[in-house]
Amino acid sequence: MNQTQRERIEALYADYAAAIDEGRLEEWPAFFKEHCLYRITNRRDFDRGLKHGAMWANSLGMLKDRISALREANIYEDHTYRHITSAFRVLESNEQEAWVNANFLVIRTMQNGDMSLFAAGTYQDHIVFEGNDTCLAERIVICDSQKLDTLLAIPL
Amino acid sequence: MTNIIAKSGGLSWPSDKVSTVPYGLYTDQHQYLLEHEKVFKGPTWNYLCLDAELPENGTYKVSRIGETPIVVTRDPEGNLHAFVNRCAHRGALLCLKPEGKAEEITCVYHAWSYSLKGELKSVAFQRGLKRQGGMPKEFDKSQHNLRRLRVVEFSGLIFGSFSEDAPDIEDYLGPEIAQRIRRVLNRPIRILGQNVQVLNNNWKLYIENAKDSYHASILHTFFTTFEINRLNQKGGIVVDESGGNHVSYSKIDSTLSNEDYTKQNVRSSKDDYRLADPSLLDSVDEYGDGVTLQILTVFPGLVLQQIQNAIAVRQIVPTGVKATELGWTYIGFEDDDEAMVERRLKQANLAGPAGFISMEDGAVGNFVQRAIEGTSEDESVVLMGGETAESQPFRVTETSVRGFWKKYRTLIEGKVPNA
Repeated sequence: MNQTQRERIEALYADYAAAIDEGRLEEWPAFFKEHCLYRITNRRDFDRGLKHGAMWANSLGMLKDRISALREANIYEDHTYRHITSAFRVLESNEQEAWVNANFLVIRTMQNGDMSLFAAGTYQDHIVFEGNDTCLAERIVICDSQKLDTLLAIPL
Repeated sequence: MTNIIAKSGGLSWPSDKVSTVPYGLYTDQHQYLLEHEKVFKGPTWNYLCLDAELPENGTYKVSRIGETPIVVTRDPEGNLHAFVNRCAHRGALLCLKPEGKAEEITCVYHAWSYSLKGELKSVAFQRGLKRQGGMPKEFDKSQHNLRRLRVVEFSGLIFGSFSEDAPDIEDYLGPEIAQRIRRVLNRPIRILGQNVQVLNNNWKLYIENAKDSYHASILHTFFTTFEINRLNQKGGIVVDESGGNHVSYSKIDSTLSNEDYTKQNVRSSKDDYRLADPSLLDSVDEYGDGVTLQILTVFPGLVLQQIQNAIAVRQIVPTGVKATELGWTYIGFEDDDEAMVERRLKQANLAGPAGFISMEDGAVGNFVQRAIEGTSEDESVVLMGGETAESQPFRVTETSVRGFWKKYRTLIEGKVPNA
């Protein structure tokens, strides 16, 4: 893997986290390819080979529907995330694509100021380089814990 | 203290009816302890796990009834057992892993060892060491077995009871509830995934929510926002005789013609309010009866859900007066083909901690809990659809919530309330 590719992956991770953490959720689906897989699972399920996802989408349309639902339909108290994404490891790569794992930490802040460690785990990514675009063909969010506090509205 | 509590009938109610519910029931520590004695350890059947979670002989699975830790086992002969996950010696937890295979269960503290039936098999250094120490000669291992529960399997669901007075499971469920459990769990199960939703509220606020068909289309606006047709549906509520178990269902009304259906199926003119990928709701009538939604509860803490092809079991476990864990198990069936598995994975977006039509339930109990803090006055009002707890052929009702309180008061107070 060349330095340019590493920089592109780093930028993808930073932009992805910033879009969510700054509330620009409408930009979130664009980090994925049209045919994609996005799944939030937990270590216990993942290790058992179980396919369920607390969020599960295999099209750009389903990702968009997640955002329109949380904007228009779902009811929850306002809150924000702070993603800390770090220590990405390239497992395999070629000129067009890369398989990358990275750590994430998500701190949730409620509107009254209560902060909590909401999720921690590993992103297991399949990244595609297309022209100037760097996007996710697959992102499996493997949370270390199977517990989710209250509800999961905003994607991880 | 516990004796005093157990003799009492708990917090007093404003009347012998169940249509006004004192808020103290959700905040009072003594009431919570009383529930452990009279509800969780009373003549009830508590959901423990799925039969499919004990796939082989010689396996175990940990669970809980109230805050009491439980182990469920399938012994080498294939028989099910359940006992408190607590060593009979010094009270240490026995099984530390959530599930596993074992020939015997040995306590890590002093190596007392039990069969999968819960019988004490060996005591380390029972005869001492070098003729010194050891247990008294009259020590009788058979008097120190694990605290056993009654256990029963029904349609793939495993229930446990502390009480000899819990009726036969079919009688406990009632015929209509039993039939609707069998309807959903009608073939061998395949587990698709599990997670736990942490609810920052009393456990009863969640079971009431699951029984409350009145709130469904009001709090959960996903279907209405995206104008997904619901108008050709009819439904109703079934409450069993005890009040504790219920089914809420809706089904396609076959008396509505296709033309009527199409007329009602007019979508919003605003494109923004359509699903970009409507395949989410591309469901099949797998039971062949047109029932698109069936939410079923078994007192005190089980919810069995069929929302189109999204099937799940929810276990409600209190972890404190104001804290509850909701264990979700998402299931399909062994005969599901690839397309059916994908359909279930897609529709699983509807329910669970991130469910399009269920995530609000994780928060709304906490909204009540916060609002009733510091109050010893006032009651909640449960009058929609009358004051009793009978089955009703419509869903804008709180009849099954009253059913919950009917069963609850019967157990706590020892007499059936006016419901």
